[in-house]
Amino acid sequence: MITTSNLSKRFDHRAVLDAIDLAIGDGDRIALVGSNGAGKTTLFRCLLGHYHYEGAIAFNGAAPMRRDEKVLARIAFVPQLPPPLRMPVGELVRFAENSTGADPARMTSIAQGLGLELDAVAHQPFNRLSGGQKQKVLVTIALARAADLFIFDEPAANLDPAARAAFIDLLAARQDAAMIIASHRLEEVAPLVNRVIELDRGRIVLDDAVADRLTAGDARTATVRLREAHDPFARALLQWGFGESRPLTFTGSIPAADYYRFLGMISRYASVVDAFHFGEAPKPPPARKARRHVS
Amino acid sequence: MSLSFVRGLWLALRLELQESVRSRWFILYALVFFGLMALLALTGISESRVLGFTGLSRLLVTYIQITMAVLPLFILVTTARSLVGDREAGNLEYMLSFPVALSQWYWGKFLGRLLLVVLPVVGALLLALVYGALRGHGLPWQHVSLYAGLIAALALCFLGLAFLISSLARSTEVALGVSLAIWLILVALLDLFLLSILIRAQFDPAFIVGLALANPLQTFRTAAMILFDPQLILLGPASYVILDHFGVTGYVVWALAYPALLGLAFAALGFWRFARTDLV
Repeated sequence: MITTSNLSKRFDHRAVLDAIDLAIGDGDRIALVGSNGAGKTTLFRCLLGHYHYEGAIAFNGAAPMRRDEKVLARIAFVPQLPPPLRMPVGELVRFAENSTGADPARMTSIAQGLGLELDAVAHQPFNRLSGGQKQKVLVTIALARAADLFIFDEPAANLDPAARAAFIDLLAARQDAAMIIASHRLEEVAPLVNRVIELDRGRIVLDDAVADRLTAGDARTATVRLREAHDPFARALLQWGFGESRPLTFTGSIPAADYYRFLGMISRYASVVDAFHFGEAPKPPPARKARRHVS
Repeated sequence: MSLSFVRGLWLALRLELQESVRSRWFILYALVFFGLMALLALTGISESRVLGFTGLSRLLVTYIQITMAVLPLFILVTTARSLVGDREAGNLEYMLSFPVALSQWYWGKFLGRLLLVVLPVVGALLLALVYGALRGHGLPWQHVSLYAGLIAALALCFLGLAFLISSLARSTEVALGVSLAIWLILVALLDLFLLSILIRAQFDPAFIVGLALANPLQTFRTAAMILFDPQLILLGPASYVILDHFGVTGYVVWALAYPALLGLAFAALGFWRFARTDLV
């Protein structure tokens, strides 16, 4: 769907993207990882037409002008930091509807899935929402669009576990579209993707295909028994949607794509865990289909 | 102009109105101009007489003289950081990811701002009319209409300049600094610099007159004066140049057209620059 040829971007003669050759096909869900300054955001901005660049970007074989509205109509974007817009949420949503043709009913449904009532916040200034609410609005607008490519820059950074689970299901429902999800940490996004690209100082240093583990509704029950009462841990479990089934025993459901993230949280409180149990038999670990290092 | 272009323009304009009407600068701006008019009315300035002006005319002359100094400064300071501020805050990165043409975005934003800066000042003029009617003063409709036109032309001029500065500057600090410097130069050129240049450098008077005519602030000031003082007695000998070359009507047309066209030219230059550089 998208190919970049020799794509380079320089600031003051310093290459932030250095001769990137990349092909993104329909259904590719790419984790774009790399440290700060690796070039992730710059790549996004080139794809969105925000930057002038050297080389070429082609959409379905055609190389449009730097910023082409027809191309932008097929790309949905969620930035890492929500913009500090003062306009009411309803106005932003209306703008998205009118400019992209996003379906209002679908937006309402997606927002509800993420735990946000759009009507309730419609008159509130966007910049007065909490970090999580802002992220939910932006994700809602993006996922309601009939886009072929979704660009997410740390999309779930501000989402609570329940919203994150809903977000994962929504991504799983869009298997037809391509996605690029940027993150500093691979473990945050690895379960959502079927391909991993690592950027380092503007170059692709790794382009891996990985097993696809993103399935809507695929979840496992988990039970955690605490050695003693521990408020921070209990609060963390409640945020993950767990309930206290017996004293000091919490039970809940974990989306498949969030196992590793959940286990990471559990490990932080390992000293107060008396017992831990996953309710269903674990599936085979993800097998890498192919591995290709790019020098 | 196609329907889809107008639709995109309207989307951007509406967004700018929704965004700016909640900002502190607009609230302060509207308060200053309405408050100024209310203050002038309450202090009984319409009852005083200076150089033959009294009633609502006296009130309007004072208001318009203060407007000339404050309006451009407000517009420059608040608008010059508009595009560059949106760029720094990340608003442009997000909003320009939507499929709206850059021209629609830029000119929609420009028109939205124009409405925002003109409406409070013109609204205050209408407030003066209401006050005048209640006090039983004569209502100078023609003067108020022409003042409104002059204000719109002046606003257009400085708005265009501010958009140009905003599209050129890479930081809000630079945009603000340049805006203030330009405003100070134009204010200084009203009298201070002109007189000193005329006396010390012994330039050709035509050059000095040309300089005065090119200064949109001076153009506004003279046109505002000419409406109530058609012989331009207040201006002294310089009035002969204006009256001989333009006449009263000709000068008012000049004062309406020149700043407006200059502002549109600045804004067009700003768009040219905006569209040809990195957007974020």
